[in-house]
Amino acid sequence: MSALSAPVSWARENLFSNWKNTLATLAIAYLLWKLALPFLDWALVHAVWWSPDAKACRAAKGTGACWALVADKHRFMLFGTYPYDAQWRPALASLIFVALYVVSAIRACWRRWLALVWLGGLVAIGVLMWGGVFGLRYVENERWGGLALTLLLATFGIAFAFPLSILLALARRSTMPVIRWLAIGYIELIRGVPLISLLFMASVMLPLFLPEGVTIDKLLRAQIAMILFAAAYLAEVVRGGLQAIPRGQYEAAQALGLPFWKMMGLIILPQALRISIPPLVNTFIGFFKDTSLVLIIGLFDLLTTVKVSLTEPKWSGFGIEAYLFASAVYFIFCFAMSRYSQALEKSLGAAQSRTTAGKGAA
Amino acid sequence: MIELSRVNKWYGDFHVLKDIDLKVGKGEKVVVCGPSGSGKSTMIRLINRLEAHQGGRIVVDGIELTDDLKAVDAIRREVGMVFQSFNLFPHLTVMENLTLAPIWVRKMPKRAAEEHAQHFLERVRIPEQADKYPGQLSGGQQQRVAIARALCMRPKVMLFDEPTSALDPEMIKEVLDVMIELANEGMTMVCVTHEMGFAKTVADRVVFMDQGEVVEAARPDEFFAAPKTDRAKLFLSQILGH
Repeated sequence: MSALSAPVSWARENLFSNWKNTLATLAIAYLLWKLALPFLDWALVHAVWWSPDAKACRAAKGTGACWALVADKHRFMLFGTYPYDAQWRPALASLIFVALYVVSAIRACWRRWLALVWLGGLVAIGVLMWGGVFGLRYVENERWGGLALTLLLATFGIAFAFPLSILLALARRSTMPVIRWLAIGYIELIRGVPLISLLFMASVMLPLFLPEGVTIDKLLRAQIAMILFAAAYLAEVVRGGLQAIPRGQYEAAQALGLPFWKMMGLIILPQALRISIPPLVNTFIGFFKDTSLVLIIGLFDLLTTVKVSLTEPKWSGFGIEAYLFASAVYFIFCFAMSRYSQALEKSLGAAQSRTTAGKGAA
Repeated sequence: MIELSRVNKWYGDFHVLKDIDLKVGKGEKVVVCGPSGSGKSTMIRLINRLEAHQGGRIVVDGIELTDDLKAVDAIRREVGMVFQSFNLFPHLTVMENLTLAPIWVRKMPKRAAEEHAQHFLERVRIPEQADKYPGQLSGGQQQRVAIARALCMRPKVMLFDEPTSALDPEMIKEVLDVMIELANEGMTMVCVTHEMGFAKTVADRVVFMDQGEVVEAARPDEFFAAPKTDRAKLFLSQILGH
């Protein structure tokens, strides 16, 4: 067989095996030709890549995309109102975030020292963002924005919400009524209101209840609201995983004399969280995108900076390009999470070819 | 070693255990049998408080079982249990299953716990399976791992809750052989089982339960040759009469 005949026979088998398949193949090909080609034409062929005064963009409007907008405003989109000459600091901070994600994703790195790496990374990020030491200029966090802020909100949000959600899930399954009721009350209350209203409460109402002279930073208040919100959702995901663990696992652990927290930490949670990976990552991805809601309380996350870029008169009207850019950035992070979770499921499942908690077949 | 006196338990309105009295001395082997629903599993699960009793007293190794969690943990350390459905930890290897409790409960160093575990794997005749996961073993092998897991805690008493009921027939013997060996070494055992051959071989006493009561307790030769009650006669004819 020649190298050419392989794709041909593949196409014959998969695309043109009978008249229905052939019809579907032709229909899809027609749609691609009608939709995808004009898009590529607009996005690549006729696109304007460089035009500081936007005149070329105006000229090409309707026929070509104006990526010159992104070229011109990308620093503002990525770093918000952070002092222009110091924007290498949030850039480096974002890179440190990404490096931390990558290191944490490698299973060989799941050791005690990973916690220290994170601690070091977060301190470095704090120093970079705030400054005020090592000759770095102090930058108050009202001026933080863009991608660094989005990553900050998402990372801290998940890092605190996830452990909290495990405690909530355990509390909701507790045999102690008061603890169970508190957990149920918390979860149902928080899940029952939109994140936007929580953010409003955190930014507008909370200061009213604080005693005179006590102020909590707006960013911190938003972060706490997001943590509380995510924890309520994650708690239900974790609870679902816990419910899938057979009673026999608890009994075996108890019969060996394992105290409650060791039983949970060594036996129950490792299994429960493993089966919860798909819905957990689902929630993480949703949460990552939900960070964009902080725009309503005036924080400049990535989506807000993109939106604000459009208020400049010369760039007004190029919303599609701006939002495509923002979408691409969000997509990169969300898609990476999704792929990683699939790989993780596979590698964790591969260790046990047949996982039967109870009765094992011969 | 184990003493139950006038123990009662209800599930809602259902009276599962009625005034159970049972004494098991050190080194004694007691086989508990009876029709399904007779409360025999519930009874054995009271001994390490996987279930709580609601009336009467249970004393194990000189400690009374109450709501006091410390007492419960102390007893669980000394009482090993083997379940019908094995209940191995599927996310851990055989070796990790065996060393988990010695390391985390007995505070043994990892190396010592592993050597110790290897010794017990040899005793249940599967030393070569240490690095496999439970899901890769046959039912009989899994149950032998479960026995080794319980033994690794050096328990003073072993409880068996229908250890062969979930096994394919050809695997029952390999598990019973391990249990007989254990009995011959002088382990105190309480065993819920329908394996009457096992009862005849090792039991010092057979306890027959029906409808939540201890109906008869006798030496196995007496019990099998001349059961005193009609209920025991009926039960024996049902399980032996074919």
